[in-house]
Amino acid sequence: MLSRVVNSLYWMSRYIERAENTARIVDTTLQLLLDSRHLDDAQLTAHWMPIIQATGDENLFARLYPKATGHAVTEFLVFHPENPNSIFTSVAQARENARMVRDQITSEIWEELNRLYLFLNSGKARELWDDSPFDFLQQVKASSLQLVGIAYATVIHNEGWHFMQAGKFLERADQTTRILDVRHASLPVKGAPTTVSQTDALEWSAVLRSCSAWDAYKDIHGGDVSPVKVAEFLLLSENFPRSVRFCVEELDHSLRNISGVPARRFSNDAEKLSGRLLAELEFGTVDEVFAHGLHDYLDLLQLKLGNVGAAMFNAYIFQPFVSMEDEILVQQEFQQQQ
Amino acid sequence: MLQSYDPNGFFDEMASARGQLRPHYEKFARLFNELTPAEFDEKRRAVDLAFLRQGITFNVYGDKEGTERIFPFDLIPRIIPAKEWEYIERGLIQRITALNLFLHDLYHGQKIVKDGVVPPYYILSGKHFRREFVNFEVPKDIYIHICGTDLIRGGDGTWMVLEDNGRTPSGVSYVLENRRALKRSFPGMFEAIGVRPVDQYPQELLKMLQHIAPAGVMDPTVVLLTPGAHNSAYFEHTYLARQMGIEIVEGRDLVVRDARVSMRTTKGLQPVHVIYRRVDDDFLDPTVFRRDSMLGVPGLIHAYRSGNVSLANSIGTGIADDKVMYHFVPKMIKYYLGQDPILPNVPTYLASEESDRKYIVENLDKLVVKAANESGGYGMLMGPRSTKAEQDQFREAVLKDPRNYIAQPMISLSTHPTHVGDGRFEGRHVDLRPFVLYGEKPVIVPGGLTRVALRKGSLVVNSSQGGGSKDTWVLYGDE
Repeated sequence: MLSRVVNSLYWMSRYIERAENTARIVDTTLQLLLDSRHLDDAQLTAHWMPIIQATGDENLFARLYPKATGHAVTEFLVFHPENPNSIFTSVAQARENARMVRDQITSEIWEELNRLYLFLNSGKARELWDDSPFDFLQQVKASSLQLVGIAYATVIHNEGWHFMQAGKFLERADQTTRILDVRHASLPVKGAPTTVSQTDALEWSAVLRSCSAWDAYKDIHGGDVSPVKVAEFLLLSENFPRSVRFCVEELDHSLRNISGVPARRFSNDAEKLSGRLLAELEFGTVDEVFAHGLHDYLDLLQLKLGNVGAAMFNAYIFQPFVSMEDEILVQQEFQQQQ
Repeated sequence: MLQSYDPNGFFDEMASARGQLRPHYEKFARLFNELTPAEFDEKRRAVDLAFLRQGITFNVYGDKEGTERIFPFDLIPRIIPAKEWEYIERGLIQRITALNLFLHDLYHGQKIVKDGVVPPYYILSGKHFRREFVNFEVPKDIYIHICGTDLIRGGDGTWMVLEDNGRTPSGVSYVLENRRALKRSFPGMFEAIGVRPVDQYPQELLKMLQHIAPAGVMDPTVVLLTPGAHNSAYFEHTYLARQMGIEIVEGRDLVVRDARVSMRTTKGLQPVHVIYRRVDDDFLDPTVFRRDSMLGVPGLIHAYRSGNVSLANSIGTGIADDKVMYHFVPKMIKYYLGQDPILPNVPTYLASEESDRKYIVENLDKLVVKAANESGGYGMLMGPRSTKAEQDQFREAVLKDPRNYIAQPMISLSTHPTHVGDGRFEGRHVDLRPFVLYGEKPVIVPGGLTRVALRKGSLVVNSSQGGGSKDTWVLYGDE
């Protein structure tokens, strides 16, 4: 497939996943605030600010808004066109990428993505948000999940599909680390926390809910919510489809489908890095994670995921592209030789 | 709903007078009149929504407010009986044959100039005449492979050619999508009325493109080269590529090495043999044409000249689109084919000719003045509807650069019943752009794009200026 096309498919898929995860974070935080009444401004800021930090956009936010009020943060995360990671921008970017490869995606994908985009652009979106943020966020999540299903059921599972899968799982792994990182302020820098207050338990349940992991977690651990078990579940679970390990395994699987190189072998840096990361997650333990410090561990994990993405770009997308100027020179030199 | 339709004295496609339907519209009108206004409205809404959802849109340049719009679609089809279409088809084939002979002659020997039929000045001053390609052999001697000729009908219903679009004409995707929309809206009508299909176009196009592959290539790789997602016709580019099952590429996807063109893929470089390019000559290769082109492929022209890649349309066809050259097409038909033109031209005055120029500047309020190398309804003066200031501006421009201007009498285009809201129908002016493919032999998909000027009284049908479109039905029979 054309490198440019593959690049667009990959980013379309990443941005859809990003929009969904942002909706998840906002949704859970709003739900959580319903439970904790009588919060003063400082407490509210303490709730919202980590979310901005998790997406890495705090400088931009500080420039756009004087204070981290609930209204400012949700506005920033949901609608703000200048925030490159807002739901609105993510969907617009996904659609722009889809538009570049209209001929390569099924009309079902295009129509659903375009419908979501038109909805977010319409006055109806704003009305629904003002009326019931939960219904609004539910729509975004549902649309993203629907797109996952549409893609699975209508797209031929060829190379382009595997690039879409790779983009989706890379983004989901990254987002899960960010959601997990939201409550790191309540943890010691290194080591596991010794006590877990009721508020802490509520907050960590919210983290699970953000990842649709509450039911699955409960089946395994009952109502006992501890940061260590939550982290273990969201990082290392073999079967849960939003855990980092699961996502990296899918990513690795897609990379190997793209190149045809079997597991435990590699033909480029992307496969080497994803294979290594997968082994770390498969054989790592949650005690090591907390010994290292959860926040630092997650930072490192994000870096490693980023490196896989960069290596993919180098291997498949960024084939010796040269600047127009250099290319003109090459042609002129060539044409002189005859 | 059409019973009370009144053509108001114009030549109307459907009605010869109030309540008097032409025979080829009778079946349609009978079936259509069974609809209630509410049913019609529902169908109309469904189609608009489907177009928006599928992103069947075009981009408007210089429009800050969301660049995509749907091309307004009117549900009442334009109908052409078999006999009339047969005549149009003959006329179009005659014309493209002559144009291709003309272009070949122009780039090889220029007999038509030497014999005094076309003055050399007009060729040499032509903005799109490519000297670099004189004596260059294009594959199978075909220059214009895809032509989108604009036809209009005057006050008495005579068909006339308004312009030949022999560079990168667009609009065919709407022909195909409009038909799909009408099939969904009026499923029962097609069989009952006997409408010829259009959906074979992509296959015919691909067959033509494969036909012009470089010699010796058995299984050619064909690609469509687009300027990119921001081009006004981008929807069409992706649509056609998808229908043909070929890659759509941008300039940056292609690379030239050893005078051969390849595309960059995840599996490395893959050879390309035929390029259906929707990029103008000027932007194709920055080492040859515009140095500042970011859309082109450095080295492409060298590969083309080396015979390793074919282009459709060929380079240098723009000279035939020159509105001054248009004036000479009937003479070309006579010169090359020894025939009288089947489809007449609109009478045209050349500002470079002294007597014509005098007539033009003295009658600016009666004429339509056009720049010789503009398209899309830009650079035009509609005399009878212009202000004094606009006329003065054009007078100055014509006198300053006469080579670049022509004038034609204002033709009152034929009208067609068109929905104007609330279940009411009024006449709106229409034209017709059939698409001619010239490969092994000329092929024309029955019908073409009927464009309609949606504003009351307007004669400008371009999508960028308030135009819409209709499905065009060519019938198997005459009624």
